[in-house]
Amino acid sequence: MTVLVLVETEAGQIRQASRSAITAATKLGDVHALVVGNAADADAAAALAAKVTGVAKVLKAGADVLTHELAEPVADLIVSLAGDYSHIVAASTAVGKNVLPRAAALLDVQPIPDVMAVIDADTFVRPIYAGNALATVKSSDAKKVLTVRATSFDPAPAEGGSAAIDAVNVTVQDTVSRFVSEHTPTSDRPELESARVIVSGGRGLGSAENFQSVLTPLADKLGAAIGASRVAVDSGYAENDCQVGQTGKIVAPELYIAVGISGAIQHLAGMKDSKVIVAINKDADAPMLQVADYALVGDLFEAVPELAKAL
Amino acid sequence: MSEREAMEFDVVIVGGGPAGLAAAIRLRQLNPEANVCLIEKGSEIGAHIVSGAVIEPRALEELFPDWLERGAPLKTPVTEEEMYFLTEKKGFRIPALDRVMPHLANHGNYVVSLGDVCRWLAEQAEELGVEIYPGFAGAEVLIEKNRVVGVATGDMGITRDGEKGPNYQPGMELRAKYTLFAEGCRGSLTKQVMEHYNLRKGVDPQTYGLGIKEVWEIPAENHRPGLVVHSFGWPLDDRTYGGAWLYHFGENLVSYGFVTGLDYENTWLSPFDEMQRTKLHPIFRKHFEGGRRLIYGARALSEGGLQSIPRLTFPGGALLGDSAGFLNTPKIKGTHTAMKSGMLAAEAVIDALKAERVEPAAYTSLVRQSWLYDELKSARNVRPAFARWGSKLGALYAGFDAMVLRGKAPWTLHFKHADNETLKPASLSTPIAYPKPDNTITFDKLSSVFLSNTNHEEDQPVHLKVRNMGLWKTVNWDVFRSPESRYCPAAVYEAVDTDAEARLVINSQNCVHCKTCDIKDPTQNIDWCTPEGAGGPNYPSGM
Amino acid sequence: MKILVPVKRVVDYNIKVLVKSDGTGVETAGLKMSMNPFDEIAVEEAVRLREKGSATEVIAVSIGVQQAQDTLRTAMAMGADRSILVLSEESPEPLAVAKVLKALVEREKPDLVFLGKQAIDDDMNATGQMLAGLLGWGQGTFASKVEIVDGRAEVTREIDGGTETVSLAVPAIVTADLRLNEPRYASLPNIMKAKKKPLETIQAADLGVDMTRRLTTVSVAEPPVRKAGIKVGSVAELVEKLRNEAKVI
Repeated sequence: MTVLVLVETEAGQIRQASRSAITAATKLGDVHALVVGNAADADAAAALAAKVTGVAKVLKAGADVLTHELAEPVADLIVSLAGDYSHIVAASTAVGKNVLPRAAALLDVQPIPDVMAVIDADTFVRPIYAGNALATVKSSDAKKVLTVRATSFDPAPAEGGSAAIDAVNVTVQDTVSRFVSEHTPTSDRPELESARVIVSGGRGLGSAENFQSVLTPLADKLGAAIGASRVAVDSGYAENDCQVGQTGKIVAPELYIAVGISGAIQHLAGMKDSKVIVAINKDADAPMLQVADYALVGDLFEAVPELAKAL
Repeated sequence: MSEREAMEFDVVIVGGGPAGLAAAIRLRQLNPEANVCLIEKGSEIGAHIVSGAVIEPRALEELFPDWLERGAPLKTPVTEEEMYFLTEKKGFRIPALDRVMPHLANHGNYVVSLGDVCRWLAEQAEELGVEIYPGFAGAEVLIEKNRVVGVATGDMGITRDGEKGPNYQPGMELRAKYTLFAEGCRGSLTKQVMEHYNLRKGVDPQTYGLGIKEVWEIPAENHRPGLVVHSFGWPLDDRTYGGAWLYHFGENLVSYGFVTGLDYENTWLSPFDEMQRTKLHPIFRKHFEGGRRLIYGARALSEGGLQSIPRLTFPGGALLGDSAGFLNTPKIKGTHTAMKSGMLAAEAVIDALKAERVEPAAYTSLVRQSWLYDELKSARNVRPAFARWGSKLGALYAGFDAMVLRGKAPWTLHFKHADNETLKPASLSTPIAYPKPDNTITFDKLSSVFLSNTNHEEDQPVHLKVRNMGLWKTVNWDVFRSPESRYCPAAVYEAVDTDAEARLVINSQNCVHCKTCDIKDPTQNIDWCTPEGAGGPNYPSGM
Repeated sequence: MKILVPVKRVVDYNIKVLVKSDGTGVETAGLKMSMNPFDEIAVEEAVRLREKGSATEVIAVSIGVQQAQDTLRTAMAMGADRSILVLSEESPEPLAVAKVLKALVEREKPDLVFLGKQAIDDDMNATGQMLAGLLGWGQGTFASKVEIVDGRAEVTREIDGGTETVSLAVPAIVTADLRLNEPRYASLPNIMKAKKKPLETIQAADLGVDMTRRLTTVSVAEPPVRKAGIKVGSVAELVEKLRNEAKVI
């Protein structure tokens, strides 16, 4: 079986999430990596994709119409290449989630989004109800179209492969959509929902002033978003839109640092899917410590500045 | 005021529990032309219903003689009954229960989810043409020329500091010839109406209980559908009224709960922790082994009985069900009495509509002529006996009352104190050491509230209004050490900074609408007001 | 300009669902059902466009069981002008839904279809994209802003790390993300009025769409419970672990 993986590029670089998708795809068969972009980006990215461990062949699709990876032309391209591939895979990113269902519809396939585990060629595990349940589903489609959760698969090593690169003759057009602009703030603090790292504070901080003065330096060092428990928001330490939890935002960053948060179940409901959780709390019995990968019991007013300094 | 829209009905009913729904159904049965509108603050009918519940089908049978064919969710008849007096380690089973405690003889009764019964009643009511609007709280009583002319629903989209937010929607006036209050125990509009018309004049103060409930799913091999277990005694002391229930029903479900009389005296008492630790008693523990907890909820109930029932009618309306206090405490049942009161009120209202009377006063005489009155009359001395003589002697009196007097005692025992007056200062109360939750059988408050699916729109004024924060410090903290942080079963109230200048934090979002704070606050300093409609718990099917 | 808004009836977002003890699925019987929150946002956006004069009619459509008409009544209470209920099994798959919607689009000829970006029950996040594919229309998914400019739909989309704006020829598909707007309450007077708005019911079978499921659920399990990790004795140890063990900094 051969699997087609849509590899996302960003200024000629390969996105890490796509390397996770490659890892998932290697469990299904030989991997052909499809690299799209304008001619220059596709060239650069294809060269990088060829080195990724596990990639057997690179399909390079360079054309202006593909510059912004818009769903309309990319889906058409995938359909034109779909041929004998048993699976078509992408990472569950904004691009993957935009493109793949469209391609699936054109192939008359029901896509399988957010795959967390591959059981066999037809059977996959995916979250439903915001991750409160995990469904194992079996597809009867001849060809499977799936997006995979990057956090569930380690990225394939960027080096180690030496795949051949085939240039694809791009004939697709886009008559219905047009890229206008992109806005990706770099200097600002990242959004909570999309942040890779979140530093989050609770009642232990004691005041709005402390909340800022203790957490901001650490967040700055880590390029992290700042979150808060409901108690911290209710007590006026933080703005409402910082709230993480059942009634606030549901987040799943790679690193979640909970500072002075006891960890009521309502808060845990909003961040329990974080990859790595650090708890800094003076109370050794706090529920947050029961879910943290690394717990530091101690005075946050000493520990947090020390941590910021050590980074 | 003028921006509010208004609509006219013959009858508006506030509250979609058994009383309000039975009234709505009876109204349309008696007069299919009557315009009947029912509002309910829960997000759907049943969302705010908490009850044991073993129900007597008597009123239901009168309402729908064909309830069985209509598919009423009364599926688990009571099959076995056990009543225990508990000491810390042992349970003594009361023999010959049907003679000693005939009130508790449950033959012919059913274990149900009252929420599901209400959902079913609402379906019947809608089929009969009742307009039901869940998600809208009655926030204001409309009184004109000293007559209640309806209610207004609350404004939506008011921000935390009381301003109109971007999604502001004014409330609506639901105007009616007759307004029936069926809000359940300690209704917030009922409270205003009682005060305005002085309806409690000459009756005993109401006394209350707080019921805290969990629904469990247990292994099929341990499930005994129809088993009904009650207990009294441990863990409460002799001065405190209350006990546990445990019913097996439905598909491997167990309803477990604990009622604490809110006339308790020890300020350190925590009804939630009493409820949790009772599960560890050998009589109860075995029922939970291998099971998982599904739902949690709490609600206050009226225990005063006949002596505490206020005047039932006023110009333009009436009080129904537990808003009036129709619960039969020795039976620990209020569904059949609530439904019956609703049905009788409906009859009186239909009559008053025809005759264009201001007050549906016939309701009171209909109650007096019905089995509802006889039942409450014969039960009237049991709860006050407990209040007066404690649990053991109270139980003895109850047995004597049942076997010898048969409820026909020539005297009536009275309640002397309202529940907010009974608390003893912290210095005179004995601290209680509750065990830590084991997270298998027993749990903490917040993970419990999680299972009530409670939510309130965040950006709205706090609906638990402390009239005077200064009083909280000097009375609640200095004298009683914040009893609200213990009696609240939803961790709404928290005393913080207790080692410096103690202050009260109100986590109003957790509120499960049990109304205990409105009842038990020592100086009646807390007013429970309706939050934005659809807020509060979302009890699922099975509760 | 006519806008079609498909809405789905799902378990209310306040309810925590439980996995059935036999692992065959999630217990949904007797739970409060509501309109999918993302669909509320889509309805709101469509109604706002009509209120601004950019659109003339908003039609809500739901595909599912009879009770989905409650969801349609809510959409009409929020401002949709009329609605269509397509009766089918409960919660059909996105592919089948997209095919049904395509048939409705061919009948109603809307200029825009606004959908929620995903339903909070199956979390598929696919129907809008699939409908766009089947129709050959442009798609503005995960929208945080929608404007009609010179007869085209200008859609600002939430992407990883920021936003992107695309311009779509009309007719087009838009799927709503959280920040697009804050939907209004369905007020009591409007709920009362919505009872009188037209609601048409049709059978999915009559649309000639094959709704056979492609996915079967083998089992459903609760996510693994997170276990406590290790206690670190110092900040230095924490930094060392994060760097070399967890490799997140």
